[in-house]
Amino acid sequence: MTQTKPHLLEVKNLRKYFPIRKGFFRRVVGNVRAVDDVSLFINEGETLGLVGESGCGKTTASRCIIRALTPSSGEINFRTDKGDTVNLARLSRPQLRPLRPQMQMIFQDPYGSLNPRMTLFDIVGEPLLVNGMTDRKQRTERVAELLKLVGLRPEFMQRFPHAFSGGQRQRIGIARALALHPRLVVADEPVSALDVSVQAQTLNLLLELQQRLHLTYLFVSHNLSVVKHICDRVTVMYVGKIVETASTEAIFRSPKHPYTAALMAAVPVADPRVKTGNVELQGDVPSPANPPSGCYFHPRCAFAVEKCKTESPVQRELAPNHFVSCHRAEEIKLEGIAA
Amino acid sequence: MTSQSPLLSVHDLKVEFPLDEGTVKAVDGVSLDVYAGQVFGIVGESGCGKSVTMKAMLRIVEPPGRITQGKILLRRFNGKDGDTVDLATLDPNGKEMRDIRGKQIALIPQEPMSSFSPVHTIGDQIMEAIMLHQTVSEKEARRIAGQLLRDVGIPMPEQRLDEYSWQLSGGLRQRAIIAMSLSCNPLLLIADEPTTAVYVTTQAQVLRLLRNLQLQRNAAIIFITHDLGVIAQMADYVTVMYLGLVVEQAPVDDIFHNSKHPYTQALLESIPTVNMTPRMNLPTISGSIPHPFNKPKGCPFHPRCPKAIPGKCNTHIPKLKPISEKQAVSCFLYHEEEIA
Repeated sequence: MTQTKPHLLEVKNLRKYFPIRKGFFRRVVGNVRAVDDVSLFINEGETLGLVGESGCGKTTASRCIIRALTPSSGEINFRTDKGDTVNLARLSRPQLRPLRPQMQMIFQDPYGSLNPRMTLFDIVGEPLLVNGMTDRKQRTERVAELLKLVGLRPEFMQRFPHAFSGGQRQRIGIARALALHPRLVVADEPVSALDVSVQAQTLNLLLELQQRLHLTYLFVSHNLSVVKHICDRVTVMYVGKIVETASTEAIFRSPKHPYTAALMAAVPVADPRVKTGNVELQGDVPSPANPPSGCYFHPRCAFAVEKCKTESPVQRELAPNHFVSCHRAEEIKLEGIAA
Repeated sequence: MTSQSPLLSVHDLKVEFPLDEGTVKAVDGVSLDVYAGQVFGIVGESGCGKSVTMKAMLRIVEPPGRITQGKILLRRFNGKDGDTVDLATLDPNGKEMRDIRGKQIALIPQEPMSSFSPVHTIGDQIMEAIMLHQTVSEKEARRIAGQLLRDVGIPMPEQRLDEYSWQLSGGLRQRAIIAMSLSCNPLLLIADEPTTAVYVTTQAQVLRLLRNLQLQRNAAIIFITHDLGVIAQMADYVTVMYLGLVVEQAPVDDIFHNSKHPYTQALLESIPTVNMTPRMNLPTISGSIPHPFNKPKGCPFHPRCPKAIPGKCNTHIPKLKPISEKQAVSCFLYHEEEIA
């Protein structure tokens, strides 16, 4: 939003390949290019949505960014709270340690991400303990504060996760992520596993916390309605590559990449008077181990020409802050969703 | 459409699970009518009993769950018109039920991955279903199976017959499941969250396929989902369930534009849609879905309901009553009758 500030996070040419090994000597016979030349930035205090089909590399990319995975190559420039910029991709584990509290993660599955044998106090207090808050009384106070922050009663502290519903569990996960005053929060599909009526509560909580604590979110999701609601800017990925990045408003109103437009046309609208699904994407997502030549989207693209089959498109800035990787972005006219 | 008698008619169905901790009334008096050629949507959040209702129709409720009350009347197609059978009285493992299951009522399950056996080829599994219900030779069954795969839009169907389920992508696997469920020309297809496991682009393909097949074959589809977007695009008639009860039944347009029950209204308001103002606070339903062991007394929705009437909603369960020709709702706001 405020363009004058330096970015909180800037990712340049990020790549993550997983080797495919075969035979007796486990020789590398190929690579799964889960993340293939991804560049993006996030401004402080904004929410960037990372959208794509399953298997497009959005989770791998987000995990590389917080260094849960080590990228194969590329830069991840993160501005620390002291104001200097470090390249996370190059740091060793001990070097990352002091930076970890600044980047936290909220997980998709509120059932799998909480240890059933730990109480809320242990779960939310563990990051505090690990980072040197050894005084139990102090920790109790902080955990109580965090639980209140996410809308849970501090009296619940000694209970176990099984006593809570899905929505409440997700709140526990959020409290744990916020324990160390993070600046960047990576939320990987945080509402996908929740019931519709509980999703709204969780989204409201995330928005409210962002304002109160001045958080920056990287919001990974496949649900375009949710992304439209919560994000300032959106990045669309397809088979490990970014196809389009723009402000939420611009990308929904006038998508420039045929894949983005197809995604939007596929979302079923919750109104029987609006018929959707007229533009339909044929075929399946190619495997990142054996992607097609040229533009990865060309076998499914209605606008593909000869050039698309041979030449991989380069990301261009079509309008201010509207980045597209498509040879024909200027010529073709695509329909978005009117706000 | 409504002039004929319903294909499947459920009357006051109750399914209970007697457990050590207490009895869970998963389905607590559900009534619905499904007509031929109709896409009948059942919407609800987790624990509302939509899947158990579906299982009761197929008589595959896992023990200790059992049907304690109610009728499930199916109009059979081999007899004369009007020849109905009450599925609730049949032996779940008996010949008659096994004959109906898969032939007249077919299921499209939620998980395309775990629904196929990984050690048998797709073709063998579809052929098994065909040969179980029809007296055809193996060669003929294989021909039908190939044709079915072609019908659902799988490229190179002859080769796919000899492949295993794990060799197919998610979208193709879901299509293969649909092909299998269509193998005996069922009158009624039950689709249990058929697109939850696939992505929106594949979902659009699968939904269109189902729509086309339904129009071609004039089958009825019971479409179970929690996704209101999918329901709006697919269903003709919608039933909204909450904690084992039907709260509202209406044609799809009325559900989305003229809903009466506070739960339906709240549910519709709480979903973010691509057309709304971003970043504003979503209206929410306060609280969360109660645990089935401690279901609230009275109307199950009253603790979360903004319009609950004290002394009425918290003590008595409202009955599902018609409020217009096509719409029925179970809420005291629309019932004037006195409570005894």
